[in-house]
Amino acid sequence: MSNFLSSSIGKKVIMSLSGLFLIAFLCVHLTLNLFLIFDNSGELFNHGANFMATNPVIKIVEPILAIGFIIHIIWASILTLQNQKARPIKYAQRNQSQNATWASRNMYILGGLVLVFLVIHIYNFWWNIKVTGNLEAVVVDGVEMENTYLLVSSLFKSSIVYCGLYIAGAILLGLHLTHGFWSAFQSVGFSNDIWRKRLSALGYIFAVIIAVGFSIIPLYFMAGLGN
Amino acid sequence: MADTILKELTLKVWRQKDAKSKGGFETYKVHNISTGTSFLEMLDILNEQLVSENKEPVAFDHDCREGICGTCSLFIDGRAHGPDDDVTTCQLHMRRFKEGATITIEPWRCGAFPVIKDLIVDRKAYDKILQAGGYVSVNTGGIPDANAIPISNDNAEEAMDAAACIGCGACAATCKNSSAMLFVAAKVSQLALLPQGKIEAARRAKAMVAKMDELGFGNCTNTGACEAECPKSISIEHIARLNREFLKAKLKD
Repeated sequence: MSNFLSSSIGKKVIMSLSGLFLIAFLCVHLTLNLFLIFDNSGELFNHGANFMATNPVIKIVEPILAIGFIIHIIWASILTLQNQKARPIKYAQRNQSQNATWASRNMYILGGLVLVFLVIHIYNFWWNIKVTGNLEAVVVDGVEMENTYLLVSSLFKSSIVYCGLYIAGAILLGLHLTHGFWSAFQSVGFSNDIWRKRLSALGYIFAVIIAVGFSIIPLYFMAGLGN
Repeated sequence: MADTILKELTLKVWRQKDAKSKGGFETYKVHNISTGTSFLEMLDILNEQLVSENKEPVAFDHDCREGICGTCSLFIDGRAHGPDDDVTTCQLHMRRFKEGATITIEPWRCGAFPVIKDLIVDRKAYDKILQAGGYVSVNTGGIPDANAIPISNDNAEEAMDAAACIGCGACAATCKNSSAMLFVAAKVSQLALLPQGKIEAARRAKAMVAKMDELGFGNCTNTGACEAECPKSISIEHIARLNREFLKAKLKD
């Protein structure tokens, strides 16, 4: 096993497994976020957010999630650097649009842009909740908790720039997933000529769900539907 | 369809004296090329012209000129083996080009395939990968009966599809990462699918991947460009099989 992690396929397996883990996280994240638009009193979302903040299992998963992101980013950088080095003299003329999708050729750039979004996103919410911590308290069903709903709604109602930024983030993430989803399965060997079609179709559907799902939320508040 | 004549074509060709020299593009004009001419015949016409002008002809690889030997290469107008799908450069014809076109011709660009001269690259890296494990060890003795080992039709077909690889290098040349995964996958797949090759499958996958990494090929990111440019249209499903074979072998260690 020793040289497995340094082999090209081993590195791709790490990208694949960390990617699949992040995909699982996205599913949980989107489900909770959609609570924002299904109950405009904010109680449902506050409940969900409070559960995530207080549940001991989530407390353990949170640092693992951070490690998942870090591993995905570091290995992507290692792979990209090695791949750049593998062709010291570049072609004068390339016509890559004829043989591969745009997203598949620009995964590192897409990932980098998603990372920029992620930093802003963490500052907007996680930082304000966990570090600054001066959120208003609200009582839901007799339990006192932080009013995270107000934090979200006031951010999106405060500026159209933030709404645009979050929609752009969701679209970039969706594009990243159009290639990333099926590619994760291919890298661990779970694909053949039949499953490839199924997985790439599923990947496109998943990418659209993620991009649209996360974009709906700022749009919902922009349209003045939230509280 | 009757052949027509392309009155003038401009060729931007990579010229490089030897492996150590710094190369550059030279521009040439060729005239009155029939659309029925193959791409390599067009280069032959250019070379006749250069020789008659007392200039050094353009060096390029070619052998069978019928798409089975894997000797010809060339990156034409930004694509390996030119604009057609599922053909080698020698099978490409001038009817794919328009009157007055400018055609850019480059050698394979890949760190593991250094340029030897003009458009010729050294593809020994692929031989080295094969030598690492792309074979079945056979003890001497009598020839076994062909029907003694049953092979399912599906496996036979899939192994044959993988065995269509001619080792031309278009996969690594076209890959944005210069990855040789399609070549290695085809060789591993072709043998792993058959009972004779299965016995050494684990050792083979490990040795060939290790050699591929050592030679400085890049890492596969599943863009599928190799499959699109492969003159034998070998599917990247074989890459998934290579990944499986490699993982299985490593987990057993």
